[in-house]
Amino acid sequence: MKVEAKVLLYLGLFFGIMNAVYWNWSLENAGGVMMFAGMLLCFLPGSYYYFWSRRMKARPEDDPNATQTSGAGFIGTFPGTSIWPFTLGMGAFFVVLALVFGIWFLIPGLGLAVWALFGATAEGRRGGTH
Amino acid sequence: MTDVLDPPVQLPPPPPSHEMLEEHGHDEHHGPTGILKWITTTDHKIIGLSYTVTSVIMMIIGGAFAEIIRAQLASPNGTLVSLSQYNELFTMHGSVMIYLFVGPFAFGGLANIMVPIQIGAPDMAYPRLNALSYWLYLTGAITMLSGFFTAGGAANFGWVAYAPLSNSVNTPGSGADLWIGGLLLTGFSAIFTGVNICATVFYLRAPGMTMFRMPIFTWNMLVTGILILLAFPVLTAGLIMLYCDRHFGTHIFSVQGGGVPVLWQHIFWFWGHPEVYILALPFFGMATEIIAVFSRKPVFGYKGMVFATLTIAALSLGVWAHHMFTTGVVLLPFFSIMSLLIAVPTGIKIFNWIGTMWRGEIWFSTAMLMAIGFLITFLIGGLTGIYLASPPLDFFTHDTYFVVAHFHSVVMALLMAAMGGLYYWGPKITGYLLNERIGKMQFWFLFIGTQIFTFPLYVLGLEGMPRRVAIYPHDPQWKTLNDWSTFGAILIGISTILFVVNVAVSWKKYPSGDNPWDAQTLEWFTTSPPPHHNFYRLPQIRSERPTWDHNHPEHRSLTHGKHPELTEDGLEKVHSS
Repeated sequence: MKVEAKVLLYLGLFFGIMNAVYWNWSLENAGGVMMFAGMLLCFLPGSYYYFWSRRMKARPEDDPNATQTSGAGFIGTFPGTSIWPFTLGMGAFFVVLALVFGIWFLIPGLGLAVWALFGATAEGRRGGTH
Repeated sequence: MTDVLDPPVQLPPPPPSHEMLEEHGHDEHHGPTGILKWITTTDHKIIGLSYTVTSVIMMIIGGAFAEIIRAQLASPNGTLVSLSQYNELFTMHGSVMIYLFVGPFAFGGLANIMVPIQIGAPDMAYPRLNALSYWLYLTGAITMLSGFFTAGGAANFGWVAYAPLSNSVNTPGSGADLWIGGLLLTGFSAIFTGVNICATVFYLRAPGMTMFRMPIFTWNMLVTGILILLAFPVLTAGLIMLYCDRHFGTHIFSVQGGGVPVLWQHIFWFWGHPEVYILALPFFGMATEIIAVFSRKPVFGYKGMVFATLTIAALSLGVWAHHMFTTGVVLLPFFSIMSLLIAVPTGIKIFNWIGTMWRGEIWFSTAMLMAIGFLITFLIGGLTGIYLASPPLDFFTHDTYFVVAHFHSVVMALLMAAMGGLYYWGPKITGYLLNERIGKMQFWFLFIGTQIFTFPLYVLGLEGMPRRVAIYPHDPQWKTLNDWSTFGAILIGISTILFVVNVAVSWKKYPSGDNPWDAQTLEWFTTSPPPHHNFYRLPQIRSERPTWDHNHPEHRSLTHGKHPELTEDGLEKVHSS
C-alpha cells in the first residue's frame, strides 16, 4: 500500500508546486484550475491509501517474502458472463445518437440503460455467474 | 521453413503444493458459445482480443485514408479527391489513428490481456466494467465513422476541432456531431479502462509481487491509467461544452457572446498532451519487455525506468500549451522549460534500452527488430520534438510539414512497437507463432518506408509547406519531395498488407508452446493461451523475473541493490540459457 500511496501523493505534490508557479506567473486561469483539479485527483486516492497503509499490516502482495499459500483463499467474485455491459453499452450508444439525430433516440437509449441498471444490480446481488 | 526457434524451452515440473487461485474447478465452466459468448463475456482476454482486432481494423481504415491523402499529394494539383473530401480525410485519418487505434490498441488491447497475467491476477478488477468499455469503444468507433454516410460528410475541422472552426456556423451538419458523440463514447471507454487498470494493479497482485517487482510494461500501464484519469475527463467536459455551443446557444468558445475561443485549445491540449504520453508509455513498456527478453538480460536500470515513467507523467500535465505557442497568449518560458525537461526522463529510457542490449546475447527475432526500429525512429521523432519545444523555432515551423513529420516519426515508432508487441505476445494470446520470415520482411518495409515517408516531410516543412493543404504550388523540388514521401507511404502500406498476409499464412500453423522466447515475466509461466482465470499455479515471486528464476534457478535474479555474483576471473556472470 505504501508505494501506491507515495506514487499518487508525490504526483499530486508535483502538480501542486507546478501549479503554484504557473498560476502566479501566467495570469491565466483555465490551465491553473485544471492542474489544481489534477492535484486533488491525486491527493484523494493517495491520502486514502496512505491512511490505510499506516493502519493495516502488509498485504501478501506487499510482502517481498510472501509465499503463494499466503494469498490463497477467496479473492473475489468474478462473473463469468454477463449480458448487462452490452445492454448498457447499446443504451449509451442510442443516447449519443439522440444528440445527433433526434430526441426520440432517448427512448430506446434510456430504456436499455435503465434495464441494464436493474439487471446488473440484480445480478450483483446474486453474486454473478462463475 | 523458418528460423523461428532455438531449442524449445522445457518448463520444469511444477513445484509441489501450490494452491489453486480459485475454489471452483475449471472443468465445470460452461458458458454460452459463438456470438453470444462474444457479447456476454467478461473475460479480460476475450475483451482484450476484441479490442486488439477492432483497433487493428481501425488502423487499416486510418491507413487507407493516409494512402489516399498521399496519393492526392503526389502531384501539385491532385484531383483524386475534392478539397472538402480532403478535409474529411485528414480529419478522420487523425481521429481514427489517435482515438480509435493507438490508444485503444495499447490500453484496451494488449494491456487488457497482459496486465492481469503479468501480476498474477485472475481477471481485471471490474470485469463487467471492462466489457462495458469495449462496447463503448466499438459503438464510439461506429458513431465516428458513420459520419461518412451522412449528407454533409464526416467531420472536417481537423482532429483537434479548433473553435471557432468547429461551431455550428462554420461546420454545420451531423458529421461533426457524430464525431463529438463518438469521442464521448470512446472517452468514457478509456476512463473505465483506466479505472480498471489502476484498481487491478493496486489490489489484485499475486503474493510477493510487490510494486517494484512488477514488469515495466505493467508499471507503464499503471502510469498510463493515472494519466487517463487525469486527462480524459477534461476532454469529455470540453466536448460537452462544444456540443452546447453548437446546439444550445451557449457562447463558451465564441467571441460574439463573450466567450474565449482559445479556451478550447487550453482544454483540448490539457487532454491532448498527456494523451501523447498515454499513447507512448504503453509502447515504451512493450519495447522494454521485448528488448530485455531478446537480449537475454534483466532490464537495465529497472528503478530508473520506473522513475522516468513517473517523471514523464508528472511533467506531462504542465506542457500542454507548447501546441499553442503561436496563439500569442500563453506563457512561453514556462511551457518551453517544461517541454524541454521531458527530454531528460525520455533520455534515461533510451539510455536504459541501450544498456539492456549492451553485452546481451541479442536474438534478432521480428519482435526485437521492431523494438530496435522503434528505438531509432522514436529517437528521431523525439529529437525533432526538442526543436519544437523552443518557441523561436516553433514560430518558424508551426503548422508546417515539419510538425507533421515530427509526430509521424513518433507514432510510426509506436506502430513498430505495437507490431513488436503482437509478434512477442501473439503466441501467448493465441498459442501460435507468426511466420518470422514474413515478419522480417514486414519490418524492413515498415522501417525503411517510415524513414522515406518522414524525411522529405521534414525538408518540406522547413521550406514552408503548410499542413492540411490538398494542393500546393508548382515547385519541382516540392513535387519530388512529396513523391518520395508518397513512395514511403506505399512501402508502409505494403508492410501492413504483409502483416495481414502473415496472420493468414500462419493461422494455427506454428504451435508455440508456453514459453517460446524463454521470457522472464509472469505471463510466460502460464499456458498459451492462458486458461480461464489465467493460472493453474504460480511460482514463488522473488524478483521482477519470476518465470526466469523458476526456469533458470542457477541464474536467479538478485534483489535490487545487491551486487551481482562474480565468476573466478572477476567478470559478471552472464545470464544465458
